[in-house]
Amino acid sequence: MSMYSLVAIAGLAIFAGSVSAADSPGLGSSLSQDELAAIDFVVLPNGDGLPDGGGTAATGAIVYQQNCLACHGEKGTGGANDTLAGGQGSLAGESPLKTIGSFWPYATTVFDYVRRAMPIQSPGVLSNDELYAVTAYLLYINEVIGENDEINAETLPGVRMPNRDNFVWDYSQAE
Amino acid sequence: MTDTDEQLAAGNGLLDRRFFLRAGVAGGATLLTASASAIEREAWMKVPGSAMSEAGASSSYEAHVVRAPIGSAPGTVGTGVSRTPLQYLDGIITPSRLHFERHHNGVPAIDPDEHRLVIHGLVERPLSFSLDALARYPTVSRIQFLECSGNSGAAMEPEPVQGSCASIHGLVSASEWGGVPLSVLLEEAGVKPGAKWLVADGADAAVMSRSVPLDKIMDDAIVALYQNGERLRPSNGYPMRLFLPGWEGNMCVKWLRTIKVVDQPAMTKDETSKYSDLQKDGISKLFTFPMGVKSVITSPSPGLSMGSPGTYQISGIAWSGAGKIARVDISTDGGSSWAEAALDEHVMSKCLTRFRSAWRWDGGPAVILSRATDEVGNVQPTRESVLTDRSPTTFYHYNGIQAWQVAKDGEVTNVYV
Repeated sequence: MSMYSLVAIAGLAIFAGSVSAADSPGLGSSLSQDELAAIDFVVLPNGDGLPDGGGTAATGAIVYQQNCLACHGEKGTGGANDTLAGGQGSLAGESPLKTIGSFWPYATTVFDYVRRAMPIQSPGVLSNDELYAVTAYLLYINEVIGENDEINAETLPGVRMPNRDNFVWDYSQAE
Repeated sequence: MTDTDEQLAAGNGLLDRRFFLRAGVAGGATLLTASASAIEREAWMKVPGSAMSEAGASSSYEAHVVRAPIGSAPGTVGTGVSRTPLQYLDGIITPSRLHFERHHNGVPAIDPDEHRLVIHGLVERPLSFSLDALARYPTVSRIQFLECSGNSGAAMEPEPVQGSCASIHGLVSASEWGGVPLSVLLEEAGVKPGAKWLVADGADAAVMSRSVPLDKIMDDAIVALYQNGERLRPSNGYPMRLFLPGWEGNMCVKWLRTIKVVDQPAMTKDETSKYSDLQKDGISKLFTFPMGVKSVITSPSPGLSMGSPGTYQISGIAWSGAGKIARVDISTDGGSSWAEAALDEHVMSKCLTRFRSAWRWDGGPAVILSRATDEVGNVQPTRESVLTDRSPTTFYHYNGIQAWQVAKDGEVTNVYV
């Protein structure tokens, strides 16, 4: 029995004292690989879950103008909604500006979040190439990558965000 | 010397917490005497009342008791919050219609027959569950609070924000949550070695997602189907949501669609760029999960002005993500002296607890505060203490002591002490 299973069983015994896996009616249905792929949005910092495709800031600038600029402003600043660029070096001061470039620790989060939630009035309309391109653009306007750097499933996890080392975990998992 | 002097428990008229219990009998007798003197009928006693109805509604005279204030990001109507009107409520259960909301792109209109919960990733058997299937699983039900970790963030403002108790603290509610232990579903799927986290996704337009440590899941997480005895309301995740007792509300993903078991957190937007706490030194804390011990006086509070001098009940709520509330102390003299409040009978783990004190207000200016202590010894900190290491813009996970100032004319305002 694995260590994890032991932990799991101990947890179940504590849980409410009345419900355990032994009571489970076992009603879960199996899924095909295609069905799983169709519902899986999760992207990990190591790149797991990133789809095929790619793009650069040069093409991403067009995607941004058409889908993002109205809310987030020219080059990610001055819009009514979240400021997306600038603020580097401001975090320890009196007026920290948290943007993708100044604050976000992982580049994969940019792709992941835009794919999930943006543009807010029509989420899901961007193709994988457009998602990679606009991700490249957001990294470019934050001076994290160059204008012609290709962003794809291989390169994105390797992009080092400027604020990456300034996070500590407030949670320690039981071993 | 008045007959209440001997019951003083702290400075500026704060009375012993048993004051109302002792005073109760005499008050009741007075009422009985008054009503026995004549027989009369009010207008609504002279005609038949309205018909039975399929679902109840609040009195039209309570129309002001609504979720307010509401705020949404520019250009949106469903990307923001609505707040529980704590100042108008008593007890510990939040009526479902008044449970606070925090949505990231509106409330999805989910057809329960088409909705599935999928568990996949590091499992032996990826599984899909319909609502009907989950409803056949053994259910657990507990009364617990849910708090947005952005709650009370207004207290970080340099000057006290003037608004209702709800406007500052209204992102906390409590309900009876019923559902299926997620551990049971994970056992059925068969968690593989190396699994440490899961990523929960919602079926909303933002596909809201958070990473959750597996040990919390195996401890007490449920897939909630019921709230206060009825199926979840759409604004609280219909037909199913994740519920993690005592942990920040953002993690309790509504409209739960997928659970992917993984070996590391996904570092989603909300868990990195939003619900993290920047410190003055530029370092940010990730993954502050349990909500800190906290309390707030809901009555009196801004908007509920005091009347003439006399005896008043001070009442409020206390809670802790670490367990039960052990005690609540009250001060009516700005924190110079304190006395223990009475706790209502229902003191439950990771739930709101109602506290009450009696106060003989002499009509002078006063500053009233509450300070909660939980069963593991955590004491609610002062505002100053919370602010010590924080960046001035960090507003999540705020649990400092709230002070209300009562003016000579009875008006109640927010104040820093």
